[in-house]
Amino acid sequence: MAEIVIRNLRKTFGDFTAVQSSSFRIEDGEFFMLLGPSGCGKTTTLRMIAGLELPSAGEVYIDGEEVGQKPASQRDIAFVFQMFALYPHMNVRRNIAYPLVSQGMPRAQVRAKVAEVAGILGIEDILDRPVGGLSGGDRQRVALGRAIVRNPKCFLMDEPLGALDAEFREHMAEELRALHDRMGATTVYVTHDQLEAMQMGDKIVVMNHGVVEQFGTPQDIYDKPATMFVADFIGSPPMNFLRFHGSVATGDARVRLHHQALTVPALREPFDGGMVYGVRPEHVRLSDTAGYRGEIIAAEYLGTTQIVTLKTHNGEVKARIPSDQRARMGETVGLDFNGTTVTLFDSQSGRAIRSDLNEGVLSHG
Amino acid sequence: MAEVTLHEVSKRYGATVALDRVTLTIADGAFVVLLGPTGAGKTTTLRLISGLEAPDGGDILIGGRSVLRDTPAQRDVAMVFQQYSLYPHMSVRDNLAFPLRSPVLRTPEDEIARKVREVAEVLRIEGKLENKATALSGGEMQRVSIGRALVRDPQLFLMDEPLSSLDAKLRADLRVELKRIHATLGATLLYVTHDQIEAMTMATEIGVLDQGRLVQFGTPREVYENPVSLYVAARLGLPRINTLPAGLFAGAPAGAKTIGLRPEHIRQGAGRPAQVMRIEPLGDQTRLHLRLDGHDIITLTDVHTDLEPGDSIAIEPRNALYFDATGARIA
Repeated sequence: MAEIVIRNLRKTFGDFTAVQSSSFRIEDGEFFMLLGPSGCGKTTTLRMIAGLELPSAGEVYIDGEEVGQKPASQRDIAFVFQMFALYPHMNVRRNIAYPLVSQGMPRAQVRAKVAEVAGILGIEDILDRPVGGLSGGDRQRVALGRAIVRNPKCFLMDEPLGALDAEFREHMAEELRALHDRMGATTVYVTHDQLEAMQMGDKIVVMNHGVVEQFGTPQDIYDKPATMFVADFIGSPPMNFLRFHGSVATGDARVRLHHQALTVPALREPFDGGMVYGVRPEHVRLSDTAGYRGEIIAAEYLGTTQIVTLKTHNGEVKARIPSDQRARMGETVGLDFNGTTVTLFDSQSGRAIRSDLNEGVLSHG
Repeated sequence: MAEVTLHEVSKRYGATVALDRVTLTIADGAFVVLLGPTGAGKTTTLRLISGLEAPDGGDILIGGRSVLRDTPAQRDVAMVFQQYSLYPHMSVRDNLAFPLRSPVLRTPEDEIARKVREVAEVLRIEGKLENKATALSGGEMQRVSIGRALVRDPQLFLMDEPLSSLDAKLRADLRVELKRIHATLGATLLYVTHDQIEAMTMATEIGVLDQGRLVQFGTPREVYENPVSLYVAARLGLPRINTLPAGLFAGAPAGAKTIGLRPEHIRQGAGRPAQVMRIEPLGDQTRLHLRLDGHDIITLTDVHTDLEPGDSIAIEPRNALYFDATGARIA
């Protein structure tokens, strides 16, 4: 079990800065997600925690001990990769036992450990099978077993589900999370899939271009994004951005977009210039009475819900509405935004403007 | 563009039946998505239509004419694969022009320049035409490989999971792009995936394959709301449809073995008490993991719910789906 603290961590490869001065804290027992697009520095960060890369500057603490410059073998962590490498000439039991055998653990103890791990993963019945004939899911379970069996301080996982097909990935995600709930070991998990991060994580760090954009619980990050990048990266479809110019004062709870007053959470700072009215698709309702109008240009059926795209004076807006509600192409309808959920952004820097909604999150983020 | 018809098409590899008497019509201008798990016969169908493989039985017609004796080139179909293979030593422009420079086609250079420009515009890569193919991002490379199919104006596009190697965000962008291309060009597309979101959002019709057999063919809404079997019902819907013994709730029709409950089929606040096991906030929706008589049930609840693990809530079915012992839909 371990608490991991990252302080001002930085990594450069020649002229290229992969990670710029990142700081965050992973509590003991947390399932922690490093999320971002390809090339954002998430894997490099994970590799520095593991000791597979040495930081150019900054510190990594595992349980209070600074390990930044120590080799991986002295950190007591287990790494699970996307491409799970099993020993093809060994059966399942010997693959799982291997880390213990190589530590010189007595045989009876190894047997007991392997049996325990097999029980946790539900693979008792395949212990004596060769790994060659196993399904993708079972291979992934064996790879996990080999990581678990050592009782490491923490698990580091680099897109362990990336190679699985969509249907099975969903299933393994649930299984991994349930496994974590049973074992309670600190887990750091890298992914580019925002749904996976939301679904499995206790906390998420969102990275972009080597910079930590936001750090917090999934729901906080979703509801109170600190930047337009986060608002756009999290959520499918992402947050709508309605661009406008204006001036707001501290305490204001309304903004004007195309001659319509729209409510926002009371602002905690003044702003003047180009702004963005950020609203999630599920907080947009179609309403005959609303004054802000848009023309329906597309509808995507998703089963329980549908996504309707509308053309407005401030750009395209997507609304998530029940699929039994009619949405006729070409029709002009009113749009009703749930103002209490809205985030205003500075359109130049992409930074969220402080309000009653997000102040608590932004001040410590 | 042309209508494509498969009539009783079968294909076996040794003892394995890859396709079992599949009959299917892809209308002119349709965007048909074949959905099914690995090994269902999706890719085999594409390979048979393109002429990379020959069927053991049945007929394949493009534009009303049997093409079984035609070579792949004569069939005039364009294929896009999951792994984009571009010529790394060529620029984007030359990669796009390559299919037109084939000695069979003999396209004049000014015509080639015009087509490349047109396709680059559709795919929004005009600014990258002089780049080396290797100096592109993954999404741009996949757009170029789609572009290489587009320049030819083929009768039919066949796409084999073209988005699955891209990251989640890019996949969502290209989904919208593909739909737009289909609408602008009026192209006929047959598209293979096991990603249900791709199927639901892009398809005019979905064909569901199960071990080589086409088990249902219809619009996304028909397939989702009116599945013919448990197998089909489980292909679409997030969270997945809950399948429970029919006797768990009163009111099951005679012969029902299984009740299928999607989130919209579960009314909360009345019926049998279920225990809340876990609450999973996903941002736009919150999943509720429930347990009832030893059965796990996943449904949706308010985003900011007050429920906590250990709480009890009453649930009952509403317009649920019922299946018999073979998995066939009975109500």
